[in-house]
Amino acid sequence: MSALIKNPFNHDLPPLEAPLVNVQLDGQWVKVPKGLNIIEVAKRFGKFIPHYCYHPKLSIAGNCRMCLFEMGMPKLDANRKPVVDAEERPVINWLPRPQIACATQATEGMAIRTNSKLVKDCQEGVMEFLLINHPLDCPICDQAGECRLQEYAYDFGKGRSRFVEEKVKKPKRVDFGPRIILDDERCILCSRCIRFAREIAKQDVIGFVNRGSYSTLTVYPGRVFDSNYSLNTVDICPVGALTSKDFRFKMRVWFLREAKSICTECATGCNIIIGSRENIVYRLTPRVNEEVNSHWMCDQGRLGFHYIHSKKRVTEPASHLNGSLFPLEWSEALRTVAQKLMEFPPSEIAFLVSARLTCEELYLVKKLMETLGKGTEIFSEIIPRKGVADGLLRSADLNPNTKGAIGIGIGKEGRRIEELKNKIRAKEINCLFAIHENPEEVGIQEDILSSLSFYVWQGLIPGPAVHKANILLAGASFAEKSGTMINIAGRLQKLHKAILCPGRAREDWRILRDLLLLVGVKERVFEKINDVFDAMSKEIDLFESLSWNTVGDLGIDLSQKLKNRSIL
Amino acid sequence: MNATEKDLPQLEESFIEEAERIISQYPVSKRSASLPLLHLWQRHFGFVSPQGVQWIAEKLDLEPIAVEEIATFYPMIRQRPLGHYQFKVCRTLSCALAGSYEIFEYIKKSCKTVNEVGHHVYVSEDGKFSVEFVECLAACGNAPVMMLNEEEWMDVTQTKIDAILNHLIREKRKEEF
Amino acid sequence: MAKAEYRLILKHADEPGYTVDIDCYLSHGGYQVLKKALAMPPDQIIQEVKISGLRGRGGAGFPTGVKWGFINHEKNTKPVYLLCNADESEPGTFKDRQIIYKDPHQLIEGMVISAYANRAHLAYIYIRGEFAKGAEILEKALAEARERNFLGKNILGSGYELEIYVFRGAGAYICGEETGLIESLEGKRAYPRIKPPYFPAVLGLYMCPTIVNNVETLCHVKHIVEMGGAEYARIGTPNNTGTRIWCVSGDVNKPGYYEYPCGAITFGELLYEVCGGIRNGNKLKAVIPGGSSAKVLRADKKYKIPKKKEDGSTEIVEMGLEDIPLDFDTVAATGSMSGSGGIIVMDHTRDMVECLRNIAEFYAHESCGQCTPCREGSLWMKKMLDRICTGGGRPEDSKLLLEVANHIAGRTICAFGEACSWPVQSFVEMFGEEFEAKQRKESSLEILEPLTNRTA
Repeated sequence: MSALIKNPFNHDLPPLEAPLVNVQLDGQWVKVPKGLNIIEVAKRFGKFIPHYCYHPKLSIAGNCRMCLFEMGMPKLDANRKPVVDAEERPVINWLPRPQIACATQATEGMAIRTNSKLVKDCQEGVMEFLLINHPLDCPICDQAGECRLQEYAYDFGKGRSRFVEEKVKKPKRVDFGPRIILDDERCILCSRCIRFAREIAKQDVIGFVNRGSYSTLTVYPGRVFDSNYSLNTVDICPVGALTSKDFRFKMRVWFLREAKSICTECATGCNIIIGSRENIVYRLTPRVNEEVNSHWMCDQGRLGFHYIHSKKRVTEPASHLNGSLFPLEWSEALRTVAQKLMEFPPSEIAFLVSARLTCEELYLVKKLMETLGKGTEIFSEIIPRKGVADGLLRSADLNPNTKGAIGIGIGKEGRRIEELKNKIRAKEINCLFAIHENPEEVGIQEDILSSLSFYVWQGLIPGPAVHKANILLAGASFAEKSGTMINIAGRLQKLHKAILCPGRAREDWRILRDLLLLVGVKERVFEKINDVFDAMSKEIDLFESLSWNTVGDLGIDLSQKLKNRSIL
Repeated sequence: MNATEKDLPQLEESFIEEAERIISQYPVSKRSASLPLLHLWQRHFGFVSPQGVQWIAEKLDLEPIAVEEIATFYPMIRQRPLGHYQFKVCRTLSCALAGSYEIFEYIKKSCKTVNEVGHHVYVSEDGKFSVEFVECLAACGNAPVMMLNEEEWMDVTQTKIDAILNHLIREKRKEEF
Repeated sequence: MAKAEYRLILKHADEPGYTVDIDCYLSHGGYQVLKKALAMPPDQIIQEVKISGLRGRGGAGFPTGVKWGFINHEKNTKPVYLLCNADESEPGTFKDRQIIYKDPHQLIEGMVISAYANRAHLAYIYIRGEFAKGAEILEKALAEARERNFLGKNILGSGYELEIYVFRGAGAYICGEETGLIESLEGKRAYPRIKPPYFPAVLGLYMCPTIVNNVETLCHVKHIVEMGGAEYARIGTPNNTGTRIWCVSGDVNKPGYYEYPCGAITFGELLYEVCGGIRNGNKLKAVIPGGSSAKVLRADKKYKIPKKKEDGSTEIVEMGLEDIPLDFDTVAATGSMSGSGGIIVMDHTRDMVECLRNIAEFYAHESCGQCTPCREGSLWMKKMLDRICTGGGRPEDSKLLLEVANHIAGRTICAFGEACSWPVQSFVEMFGEEFEAKQRKESSLEILEPLTNRTA
């Protein structure tokens, strides 16, 4: 297993060749890979050892002391043979001192108690200590609802405080970086954020100053924690010390509806959870996928969703007439488009399609082109987007589904944009269908668009020359649709619809399906996205033998198939 | 971001040579020289300014936060100027049993260290004197114990304080003429 | 008449005319043992140290030879480092100061021998920042030793190479903890390391095998090599070999440092005869036997001490504090420890709640803040004691103090957890009535003066 991001530590993934050892977990003998740490051992058998500072992808700090457990080893006789009791079970020598699970690795014969009297006492003690200087400002804390302090106080704490002294005062509302606010009084000094910044983001500007109970998390004065990965510290902060400026005070987390999806800001396809309420997306957070993004995502991807709620979005189909926009009924809009498309000779039609569309949408576009082309290939192209790969999660390809477009056979990776421009100028192409792309972006400006006889635009936020479009079709954003995309490493992954489209906007696959019906493809009507996928898998060999349901939450590796086709 | 060169105090050749000598004592890791360089800076400038932290960090190829983290961890490293004469009175048990709290109050009164600049830290109006409590100075058999700048004083009494202050005032006068 | 001292480590320290100069040291037979040591195979020195039964003088009393034996020199491919712990940070202790300030070459000789035995070629002396003068003395002594080829390349023609440097701390008790010391020396916050996996003998300084020994311990090594381990082991009692320097402070007439063979003197003899008795003719109330983290012992209490009989069996003997011999094991049998040898004495006028408050303030100030129980608990206990001492005590506070301390000890990264909770546990257990009196507010006990208003 290897994520696209190289984690310096993978405490939860023992080497495959690790031999199995027998450990006694709360009285049950189980087999686990040798060297696996005890938090992960417990997790594998449905036990939970609470922890704050431990993170499977960061170095072991061992400072929170929440994961204390009781450890024992088999008692050995003079011949170093295990002593057994009347029932032939090994007698365990329990250590008098509790050990930290995060720094203890499974060895043969080890015995573990995760819920003994001593362990409970340790947990109660640590919980009480962590809360004595904590402001207990849960009512106004953004972490409330997903706060480990709250959760563990409930599960492992005593439920009352004996602390009557004055609390330690520390800085509040500290500007931790352009995207993060720090409340030092909430901080439990677990050092997860510091370790993340040093070990993964490689931006070593945060640390602890002062000492003892006055220890304070800080950014070095004059520096900013502005790494493109900074917001991961908000995720891994087990308490409300680090909060996202973008999300704070916007929504209580327990109201968020969560949908599993993927980030569409670049070709990496980080797995995410879309948090929304009443059709408004409030945040994106990374979802663990060890094959892709592990536990992380970049800030750009995380905060890149706001455009979906832009006021500039086209939310209903419309037509342009004499410079004014007239709303249309979908049926009328689609009928007009279908009719027009069929009027042009195939050689005069071009599709400018986005590599940000899902495979299903691209497949329907492909089918539409084939139907209209009647044997002649219709011109299609995608708009390439190049960025800079950062060695972590950002990939140089900023389109999330370039591989899908190539695999399905749409466009030539953007190499024919100039040709398209010239063909429109030369009036060789007279009908343009732009799907989720603004031709202006690649220099096909108003003057060139003026040469077209018919121009359909389908998407979210139109460009400056959209008044040249005869028909506007209101499409859906990534959060409003289900489908699949293929990432830079050849992994087919799913998006799941999190919210409804605004206004009368529609999921793009439904728009395309209806157009297909209108241009005469009636052999099969797609009711659900599954139907589109399953049809695609029958027609496009890249997806052969796959079905919607076999592509799980973590996606499916198609890299070998893509390599065989020289797409990867 | 680099420390702006103009903000740095003029560093003498000898200071830089001393820094290099110190660094050479840590052939395995320059980072080990952080605390020794903080000591050096403080001996030279009286306290460690942000410029000091920057300079040391650059010298040792460290991020400044690494130096800041240790500068704030060790109480002997000061991040602001204290008095010209710094009394550091031991507060811990053996000295307390021998009357160090009274000595502390006596110095406070005698030196008119009226400004409280930190927990147990007082500075006189003119900045000449400061007095602070420190923890055990490891000379408990001669309690109460104190340090005056880097010099240790044992079996401190009020009479001894008077004598020290008289001497310091005489010295100070000499300097002024 | 007080028992005469047996000065091994401090033999010359206070002799008139004895200076820190190398010539003075040489004229007293200095560096002769080094010559002898360099002619021995390193493993033989380790063997002698094992035979000597030497136990660390820093506080934990761990057998030095065993510690040295943790490094497997046949398998090890990394450099080995020797670190001298001269942080002397346990309140009540001032023995290493005597060695550093008065006889630095003895330490250096002991260090070169120990480094040679452990195959170290680079060593550091981690000296507490407050010993500014001590650091200067050591720097000068090291320069002298370098000049005479007791240090540097090819020491005395043996082919052995060693460099020793002085590293100054800056006021942090935690640097006395060996892994905290290592972190500090690496240029980091002195956060003690988690063990496992970071045992110094395996993953010490720069993640290499490292031996950390106390100043006095390293000096003993010189004497062990000089007289042979077996001969050295005849000093003191079995398992409590060699001499110890007891540092006495607090309410005695003659506070100071006194060197005796382990077990050769009792608390009573030390305090009443050697130290001239309790000041002002007062009554002895309590003794902290091994630095302020050791559990306090009450003078009027009987302690159950296991004693080996002639036939080898053990019997339990009841002993008064004054009759307890000063060594490692007997003091440990009282439930406390001889620790670093710092004996703090309190007479009957002392308010034990105030004394504990003072100690608690020390530990709250010195907690490194790395792990939860100690970081939060040490300051909590200090704040509670502040409140109790300023009239805000509540009947439930003694129990709460104990419970907080119990939630710290044994649950932290390093032994600081014990260091800060043992005083609280023992003061509250031993002098419960004083705490209760303060917490009741109407005290039937004699009103004791607060510590802060007292003049010596």
